[in-house]
Amino acid sequence: MTTFEKVREILVNAKDLEADKIAMESTWAELELDSLDTVELVMSLEDEFGVALEMNENLKTVGDVVNAIDAAL
Amino acid sequence: MTFSILGTGSALPSLCITNEDMTKVVDTNDDWITARTGIKSRYICGEEGLSELAFTAAQSALADSGVKAEELDLIICATVSSDYITPSLACVVQKLLGAKCPAFDVSAACTGFLYGLDIAASYYARRPDMKILVIGAERLSRITDWTDRSTCVIFADGAGACVLGPGDDLLSILLHTDGNVEPLYAKSSEGNCPFRERSEEKRGYLHMDGQDVFKFAVSAMSRDVKKAVELAGITQDQLDYVLPHQANVRIIQSAMNRLSIDKEKYLINIDQRGNNSAATIPTLLDEANKSGKLKKGNLLAMSSFGAGLTSAACIIRWSK
Repeated sequence: MTTFEKVREILVNAKDLEADKIAMESTWAELELDSLDTVELVMSLEDEFGVALEMNENLKTVGDVVNAIDAAL
Repeated sequence: MTFSILGTGSALPSLCITNEDMTKVVDTNDDWITARTGIKSRYICGEEGLSELAFTAAQSALADSGVKAEELDLIICATVSSDYITPSLACVVQKLLGAKCPAFDVSAACTGFLYGLDIAASYYARRPDMKILVIGAERLSRITDWTDRSTCVIFADGAGACVLGPGDDLLSILLHTDGNVEPLYAKSSEGNCPFRERSEEKRGYLHMDGQDVFKFAVSAMSRDVKKAVELAGITQDQLDYVLPHQANVRIIQSAMNRLSIDKEKYLINIDQRGNNSAATIPTLLDEANKSGKLKKGNLLAMSSFGAGLTSAACIIRWSK
């Protein structure tokens, strides 16, 4: 499973989203996630991938998070 | 020997500010505030000072415990928003109560009440027959930046108190400090020293990075409660109630998902009270006590987190 597929799976499970609506380019606003949802997502991903991610303004899309995880792995 | 809780008290500030009221102060709305914080209304002080609020909570706890003010051996007060820089709020309350014992404040922000219980517990190791008053009291409305819509909708005022006596009901307690100013702070005023340049910086108000605090809080609460349960030699399902710091309902919900405790066991009043820092846990405890919710032998978990960054958790047996 690629990092994107894993991130998508976690998003689907945690926030009850439809998998086919989630793309690398999807922004949090498009997925109707607020700033605290994104922190929860990042925390789940840190647990899942065993990495530490910085919360910052550059994490604007699903792709930003996927790239941050790949860089940290 | 640790302690038993002999009585609880709390005090409600005179002004109730609804989300609708907040829309007249900053650009916000009820849906936004409710979805991100769980808060519908909050209480703040009107003309009354924090000293008066803390005194009322203390009197209520003394009445509930049957202990007289002159019988107190120590007063510990947790606050970061006292009426005075000095003397301590504990000294002011001692005078108002007519107590004669030593009194001091603890500065550990929202975690202050649990830090106070930990200090109290160490006094019992020295002198088991003491009666100690522990207060958590805040008037955050005085240090809230009412032009910052991300924080002014959250913070509130309040006071809660407990009278402790000899007993063995503190089954475990742990404190945690992760020194880090940036996520949550309020700078002191610069004063008027004529030998230094004065900056234009806005000081004296609470500044918070919501995402960083959220991350710390959820991790701290889930980690600390697990550890406190383990130290008490019990399991999570043996807990009767969890009293989490009422900072933001989203923090509580997120931590709930990381713990194995029935959701009905979490006591929540942030919807009506807002986040009044060190006062949230003793206020929740007093409401649960006075409403008859607590039964003798109940096991309570308390968990708090805040500026510092600090966090703490404890397991207490209710034996009143």
